[in-house]
Order: sequence, then structure tokens, then C-alpha cells
Amino acid sequence: MLQIVFDGLSLGSLYALGALGIALIFGVMRLVNFAHGDVIAFCIFALLWPSTDAMAVVFAGQLPWYLLVPLVLVVGAGLSVLCEILVFRRFRRASPATMMIASFALGFVIRYFLLMLFTSRPKSISLLPMLSQPVEIFGARLPLLQLITIVATVVILIGLSLFLRRTRFGLEMRAAAENFSMARMLGVRANRVIMGAFALSGALAGAIALIFGSQTGTADIQMGASIMLMAFIATVIGGLGSLAGAVLAGFLLGGASVVMQVVLPVDARPFRDAFVYGAVILILLFRPQGLIAARGTKERV
Amino acid sequence: MSVLAVSDITIRYGRLTAVRGVSFSMNEGEIVFVTGPNGAGKSSLMRTIAGVTPAASGRISFVGDDITGRAPEDIARLGFSMVPEGREVFGSLTIEENLMVGTGMRAKERGWKARAATELEAVYETFPILKERRNGQAGLLSGGQQQMLVIGRALMTSPRLIAIDEPSLGLAPNITDQVYECLIALRSQRRLTLLIVEQSSARAVMIGGRMILMRGGEIVLDGDARSLGNSEAIQAAYFGYEDH
Repeated sequence: MLQIVFDGLSLGSLYALGALGIALIFGVMRLVNFAHGDVIAFCIFALLWPSTDAMAVVFAGQLPWYLLVPLVLVVGAGLSVLCEILVFRRFRRASPATMMIASFALGFVIRYFLLMLFTSRPKSISLLPMLSQPVEIFGARLPLLQLITIVATVVILIGLSLFLRRTRFGLEMRAAAENFSMARMLGVRANRVIMGAFALSGALAGAIALIFGSQTGTADIQMGASIMLMAFIATVIGGLGSLAGAVLAGFLLGGASVVMQVVLPVDARPFRDAFVYGAVILILLFRPQGLIAARGTKERV
Repeated sequence: MSVLAVSDITIRYGRLTAVRGVSFSMNEGEIVFVTGPNGAGKSSLMRTIAGVTPAASGRISFVGDDITGRAPEDIARLGFSMVPEGREVFGSLTIEENLMVGTGMRAKERGWKARAATELEAVYETFPILKERRNGQAGLLSGGQQQMLVIGRALMTSPRLIAIDEPSLGLAPNITDQVYECLIALRSQRRLTLLIVEQSSARAVMIGGRMILMRGGEIVLDGDARSLGNSEAIQAAYFGYEDH
């Protein structure tokens, strides 16, 4: 039983962090950034030397954790900011649909860049191997990694929320997310806020890459895309642009997936995702604005 | 020296011309009402001066700087504070947070925190209701309180000029009176330069000051509000007698 709770929480953590990364950017520029998943994949591959072998040639992956973690976060933030400067900045005045298509294109560019260097074969890597030992809590044996995932996610969420509520930059971001042009008329610098959102979102992508990479022990070019899809759904269920909603829906989705895996009859288990998506449709039928409707999404000009 | 100088501004939305060759300038400490019927181009003009909507042609200078085509945040940083139509409070932020957003642009100056705190107290003194509800959500305020909040928010940026687009919009007449009383009091306390957009010319005539009357994207009258009064010219501008 406890095992299910922890499975749900740790899967939900991934979805919640992913959804948060999407919601942060959507908040300030109404862009659904489909390149986010590929930023996640890039973060993992940044730790490997380019090669076509099935065994990964580890480059930075062997660093001790206190260097590895900041490195991956910085790689994610850096790539994300680079995407903003090189691509999304040109689309500031474009419609959300145009920006979304641009983000698809950018995602493919990143993915094929990785494909070129590493081929499409998933590579096995062992990131932070000491985390795979089990620990015993309340009589249940859990992988240490699962515990750390959950703790790290909680720490990230608290940190982000303090950052948004207590700092000047956080205040400017929240104001810009609600009404961008009014915030600018009060002297809030558009570039600074948008780059900040991209940097945060990229760092979150780095965190996901670390967690997912050490959970699965593989580096796969497609890995970002699967998380991205769930994370995107979580942002929609949560109410596009609402950070709290994104986190809540991320955990709900993770929980639902794990519970269905256990509860569904064995024959139906392969169709688990169909049931999860069915539940998503039901939620959206009853609350099309999402669980927590974001302010400022409607009246934006 | 003129604080704001608008020369020959034309604004287009696609094929539609909203403002056609408008010029005027304002001096320090002046109060100017821009009035005119719906669709006269008043709000478009304001949004262009604030840097939100680009102009098709013409120049705008503010305290000696050419601000044509500059970003809204740069114009705000020069001391142009805009209170747009419909107020646009940050509804999910608290009242105090709303007031503080605009102080960030001084964050690089020395002692800005202390100055922001003093400024905040001054705004709270002018609008005690804001202090009372400082930690409440701004979206829950009534229309009149929201109007006070956005005026306070504009004051917090220590502006050279405040431009207010339709402060009376959606407010009961007695609340509008209160808002204007505050504005007039603030103006004499702080020697503010005020640019106020209103549909009706009645308020301008009542308060006095200069009135610029727009119609169909052009300025049709520019003069002392009281002496223009209820003249034929005003009637003509609103109802277009000259067309018949």
C-alpha cells in the first residue's frame, strides 16, 4: 500500500515538475513550449560524449553529485534561455498558434541534433548509482531514489514558491504573468522576465532529466517527449498558466497512472494510458477552464 | 519646457486609421483633458504614447527624450506613468504587491527601499482604504477602490506625468467625484502633470484646465476647458453638426 503511494508520488513529481516548466513559460508569454521535452533529453545527453555505441561513454556523468546536479540544472537553464534568445524572441508578437508551431520545430531541431551525435539507440547509463539501494521506511522497502525524488520535488516547489512570493523578481514575474503589458507600463523589463521564466523552466527540465535518467538508467532521445505529453496534459487540467494547478494536476496524473496500474484487471493493464486519458477527458468536460483557472488568460490582448 | 510633445502622430490598425496627424504638447504642471466621443482615437493615442501600440508615423518626445517606438518599460522608466482604460489591477496579487510592482525600476538606485517605503506610506495616507486591505487580493476590491489602487500604483513610480484613461469608467457618479477630488488634491500637493481621457467634456468644464477635443481620429478643438464650455463648437464636435 505504502509502495503505491510512493510510486504515485514519485511519478507525480516528474509530471508536476514538467508541468511547472510549461506553465511558467505559458504564464509570461502564452507559449506552449513543446520543445521543453527535448530540452529534458538534451540535459541527459549533455553528460555523455557523442558516440554511436550502445554503452554510453560518460563524460560529466561521473562527477560527484554536488557538481553533477548544478551542472545539469545550468545546462538546462542555458539551453532554454538560448532557445528564447535565438528563436522565441522573434515570435513575441506572433499568435500563440504560431509560437506553438515554432516550438515544435525547435524541439525537432534539438532532437535531430542529438540523433546526429548519439543515434536513436537508447543508451544505458548509471547516474548517481548509490541512489538505487533500497531503504526501509514504515516496513516498506523503497528505493532511496524514490524518496529523494519526492523530497527534491518538495524542496523545489517550496523554493520556487518562496522565490515567486518573496523576491522582487518573483513579484515582477507574477505581475507579468497576469497582465504583461500593464507590468511593462510599470517599468517591468519584458526581456528580463521572459528570460527568467525560460531559465527557471530549463532548470526544472534539468531536474527532470536527472530524476528520470537515474530512475530508468537509460538516455533516450524520445524520453522527453513522453514526459512532455503528460506534463502538457497536466498543465491543461490544472488550468493553463496556473502554477499551483499544474503541480496539483501533475501529482493527480501520476497518482492516477499508478493506481490504475494496480486496480485495473490484468488484461486491461496494457491499456492503462487509455483509462488515464479517459479520466482527463471527463475532467475537462466538467471543468474546461482547468482545476484552478488562471487569471489574466482570458482578457489578454 | 514642454514635458510631452506629440507631433503629427498617425496610428493605423490594418487599413483602419484610428488617429490621423495629431499634434499637441503639454507643459510641466498642466492638467489636460482629452475628450471626445467613442472611437475618436483617444485611447489609441494614449496607448501609443505609452509605447504599447506603435505609431504609423510621427514623433513623440517626453522630457526631452525622443520616445517614438521605445518599449513601454523604457517610457515608464523616464517617468511616464500610464493608468489604462479598465484600470487593469493585478487581481491575484495583494494590494500592497500591486503598489510595489512599479518600484522595481528604481531598484538600482541607492536607498530605493527606504524611498519606496516612504512612498507607500504616503499613498496609504491618501487612500486609507488601501492600507486597511493591504494584504487582501486586489481583484476583490470594488471599482472605485480599484481606481484608487491604480492611481496609487502610478504614484509609486514617482512619475513626471500621469496619464489616466477614463477614470470614471464603470463608476457611480459619487465615486467618480471622490476619485477626482483625490486627483485634484494630489495634483496640488505634488505638482503633478496630468493627462486625463474622458468621453464627456463635462468634467473638464467643471474642473477647468485645458481641453483637447478629438473626433474621428483628429483634434478638432484645443483650448481652455471653461471658455470652450458648452459652446457650439463642442456640440458640433460630438454630434457632427457640420456634416449636415
